[in-house]
Amino acid sequence: MMSLFDKFQSLSDARHALIQAEPSPIGTRIDEVLSPTEGRVDGRSVILAGTNNYLGLTFDPDCIAAAHDALDQEGTGTTGSRMANGSYVSHTRLEEELARFFARPSAVVFSTGYMANLGLIGTLAGADDVIVLDADCHASIYDACRLTGADIIRFRHNDAGDLEKRLRRLGERTANALIVVEGIYSMLGDQAPLREIVAVKRRHGGYLLVDEAHSLGVLGAHGRGLAEAEGVEADVDFVVGTFSKSLGAIGGFAVSHHPQLDMIRYASRPYIFTASPSPATIASVRVALDIVASRPALRRQLWANAERLYHGLARLGFELGPEPGPVVATLLGSPQQGVAFWHGLLERGVYVNLVLPPATPGGRALMRISVSAAHDTAQIDRIIAAFAALKPMLDHHGHE
Amino acid sequence: MPQHEQILERLMAHLERLAPPDSNLHPDIDLVSELGLDSVKVMDLMLDAEDEFDISVPLNILADIRTPNQLAQAINKLLESQ
Repeated sequence: MMSLFDKFQSLSDARHALIQAEPSPIGTRIDEVLSPTEGRVDGRSVILAGTNNYLGLTFDPDCIAAAHDALDQEGTGTTGSRMANGSYVSHTRLEEELARFFARPSAVVFSTGYMANLGLIGTLAGADDVIVLDADCHASIYDACRLTGADIIRFRHNDAGDLEKRLRRLGERTANALIVVEGIYSMLGDQAPLREIVAVKRRHGGYLLVDEAHSLGVLGAHGRGLAEAEGVEADVDFVVGTFSKSLGAIGGFAVSHHPQLDMIRYASRPYIFTASPSPATIASVRVALDIVASRPALRRQLWANAERLYHGLARLGFELGPEPGPVVATLLGSPQQGVAFWHGLLERGVYVNLVLPPATPGGRALMRISVSAAHDTAQIDRIIAAFAALKPMLDHHGHE
Repeated sequence: MPQHEQILERLMAHLERLAPPDSNLHPDIDLVSELGLDSVKVMDLMLDAEDEFDISVPLNILADIRTPNQLAQAINKLLESQ
């Protein structure tokens, strides 16, 4: 008889065949974090370029001071659910501030971004409903869909025509269909064709949910994300986002122009059956949200860095994701090549994320660089130089 | 309306594009454990099947499907229910 653990053996074997020694690109141990962009890994000083810390706010003095105060005044944790003892004044204030930031009547805070998707999508759709999602959506969205019992239909990535075809096949069911896309996709850093998707929704009906996890604080004049940048916020029924990227902490949220959003609190198990975010986390996020709104210069710096890195790597001949952005993805060949390249970067003082199939589109290994407003020009140029030094590795082996 | 055999034949043609080269494809091959397709490739096969037969094949039926034969049966059932 098989043991409970046997089913993991093939994953474990594949990992050990690929990686025999530390430091490992999978679950890398960061020994020391010195600033938003510097750390120590395996005894080396490295530029942190795989962090999702898009605005560099993890060490912002005002965020840290607010977190300190909350820690002193309210303690280390709420030790309870939002539905019981875990709703402090600060949690409700943050919800009001999120609603105001997005100019929508309702906002709900969750304990992580993953749980925001589970808690919203997993509760909104029921067994008789249908969810139509972009094929490259994040795992949290797929997992949320599985909770619903709804019919789950994928459409080809960023293909509004394909979405339309799939909605047409659904006939009358589109009226209640939940269409799910992301503002910026986490693997290749490409943006959704949101105006085209909105036009399809207008023709066929349904509800539109945009996960702005990677675009909050990054896109739009006020940092509200892709829907703001594309001028289609009125057509987006639900926005989901996270506190763990541009806001530099952990947690998640959903906002909507449907006031009924508040009702999901009574039914959403990922909202009810977990402890609420710690007071210190909420305090730093409130300050970070204010910084997103009040310091657009951070967004401009992030984009200047992203453009410099993207075009620098493009000039070197690297195969990149389709457009510059806070995520700059370099497509490589085999997983073995990816591991060797990752080690090469680390030896040159650069830490990025190695992502392997099936988490990557197209079955390729990729180096996922995340850019921060806190990177200076010299750091961006050092990242480019490290990639340049390793380029011959790809030229010799090609895409295996 | 295409019959089971015709559906299966078209599915096998799509599968040939997704399967590793020199795979020993047959209608009862287990798509994951024998053919080695990852979850994303199996979902991509569903996208192809949807376009081929102009139907919606919800991902939720995937849990019960291991082989091309079973997928063809599921598609046949969906077509008949239309």
